[in-house]
Amino acid sequence: MVENRPFRDFMAYLTLVIGVILVAFPVYLAIMASTFDTATIINGNMPLTPGDQTLENYSRALFYGGKTAREPVMGMMINSMIVALGIAFGKILISILSAYAVVYFRFPFRRTAFWVIFITLMLPVEVRIYPTYKIVADLGLLDTYSGLILPLIASATGTLLFRQFFMTIPEELLEASKIDGAGAFRFFKDTLLPLSMTTIAALFVIQFIYGWNQYLWPLLITTKSSMQTIVIGIKKMITTTDALTEWNIAMTTAVLAMVPPVLVVIFMQRLFVKGLVETEK
Amino acid sequence: MAGVTLDTVRKIYAGNVEAVKGVSLGIEDGSFCVLVGPSGCGKSTLLRMIAGLETISDGEVKIGDRVVNQVEPADRDIAMVFQNYALYPHMTVYDNMAYGLKNRGTPKDEIEKRVKEAARILAIESFLTRKPRQLSGGQRQRVAMGRAIVRKPQVFLFDEPLSNLDAKLRVQMRVEIKRLQKALGVTSIYVTHDQVEAMTLSDKLVVMSGGQIEQVGTPSDVYRRPETRFVATFIGSPPMNILPGKVEGPGRVSVGGQVITVTDMRDGLTPGSAIEVGLRPEDVQAGGAGSSSLSMDVDFVEELGATQLFHGKVAGADFVVQASTGQIPAETRRLTLSVDPANVHLFDPQTTRRLGKA
Repeated sequence: MVENRPFRDFMAYLTLVIGVILVAFPVYLAIMASTFDTATIINGNMPLTPGDQTLENYSRALFYGGKTAREPVMGMMINSMIVALGIAFGKILISILSAYAVVYFRFPFRRTAFWVIFITLMLPVEVRIYPTYKIVADLGLLDTYSGLILPLIASATGTLLFRQFFMTIPEELLEASKIDGAGAFRFFKDTLLPLSMTTIAALFVIQFIYGWNQYLWPLLITTKSSMQTIVIGIKKMITTTDALTEWNIAMTTAVLAMVPPVLVVIFMQRLFVKGLVETEK
Repeated sequence: MAGVTLDTVRKIYAGNVEAVKGVSLGIEDGSFCVLVGPSGCGKSTLLRMIAGLETISDGEVKIGDRVVNQVEPADRDIAMVFQNYALYPHMTVYDNMAYGLKNRGTPKDEIEKRVKEAARILAIESFLTRKPRQLSGGQRQRVAMGRAIVRKPQVFLFDEPLSNLDAKLRVQMRVEIKRLQKALGVTSIYVTHDQVEAMTLSDKLVVMSGGQIEQVGTPSDVYRRPETRFVATFIGSPPMNILPGKVEGPGRVSVGGQVITVTDMRDGLTPGSAIEVGLRPEDVQAGGAGSSSLSMDVDFVEELGATQLFHGKVAGADFVVQASTGQIPAETRRLTLSVDPANVHLFDPQTTRRLGKA
């Protein structure tokens, strides 16, 4: 038992509160900023209590966009959603299948295959960005959803996560399936997939946020404003050459950009934690 | 129904490790065959080869009249019960039992009929909608057996199915397995390292060691007439005492200078040559001064309730005597043991084989 010591408790809470403030204050500021007009923010005297421009800001951002970008945030959100979901599901599909192959099939160079996948962990998108760009451009995938999604799908992280999980599943389950007349596909569909649900959920949360927050890759391959994602949209709103930055709209967009990941985390939190912590027996 | 025939079956793993070294065995239709031996003796590998979970390196496995070397496990018409039960954790008890039938395309009402029937036999009807993790070890064990029964297979295979249960439940399930097998009359092959399970369950007992069969017989054959020293010391608890001895003449051997007579002794052994004398702890009597007697120095006594085990030395070798409690005073330091000539087992020190009458 931990002893009850008021001073220690106080210090612990104090530290935690300071940490929370450090993280949460900028977010709070963004939310507040999304409730004022441009002038209030620009003159540097923005109050810390909500203003009265909330509805105007959000409807303008969603359906009209900033003065310079002129691209409704709604469209960007749809783009981001398609890309994030595409990356998340694509990664899950690719990594669960490759982990299945690596764990359950004996084929020549199985180990090599695993290590090659493992090594790609050290090569993030940024490192291989030029060749990847070249390939995507040659395939004519610039400014397409496929171009945004496909290069980000290959995932060593997911493969590793599923591999670790598959290794905890007793060998006898596979053998019992064999005797019960289930082939490789049936075993995957009837046993492995249902058992992997929590791992899939965990991976989905991670990869959805990863996909949603992609910046460099969409920046490189999208030129049409109708294809841009919300993260790019924010960036474009902030850098204006000849007009004042519309901070209120930029902040509104930033707040809108936070909503889907937050919702995903909130609704999948239970499964997510289970997937990372627990291995179901 | 079908018997199982093994013809010089071998298993050679990568790196030339021979786990099973040419085993030939006939298991009659409807009989209960137990493979017993210490860990690593190849008994599980042999069972898994019959199941089709391991490839057969050499030799032939027949189920009924069909050679099954190249047949998939699902098509061998067998059912297997695993040590850790291997129930599908995400399926209900009903689905666990129905899964194999579903994959075979059995009609739904037939599946239901068979599952219900198996559940009734095993008294698990009230758990059918539960998941395996909501069940106790004994209940899971029943579900695993139910999964085997619904298939109505030619052969049941059991891979140490009771090892994960506590001692009391193990005894109970042992009896149930035996009863079930007798009722269903399905050929069964059962692997265990527990010699009590082996003795009580089997019609045919197969003792294995080092990838080979040491002896095949009924449990009482194997107990009464062990063919090798390994079998003699492996079957029976506490294990048989082995004493160094010398051949004195026909039907006579000596241990530490004391001569005992033997009924089952091979003719023509050279007097003076070394021989190993096996005596079961339960076969020697304290007291009495017959023609065959040995003296024993007692070191300590183990109390087992109904019986007592006297540990000590005879002719310099460790020796254990089992006696009913109260028969010998516990403080006895020196015992005179009388030996029934019919209960003496003789083994060749070199080959370790039995030196009984041909």
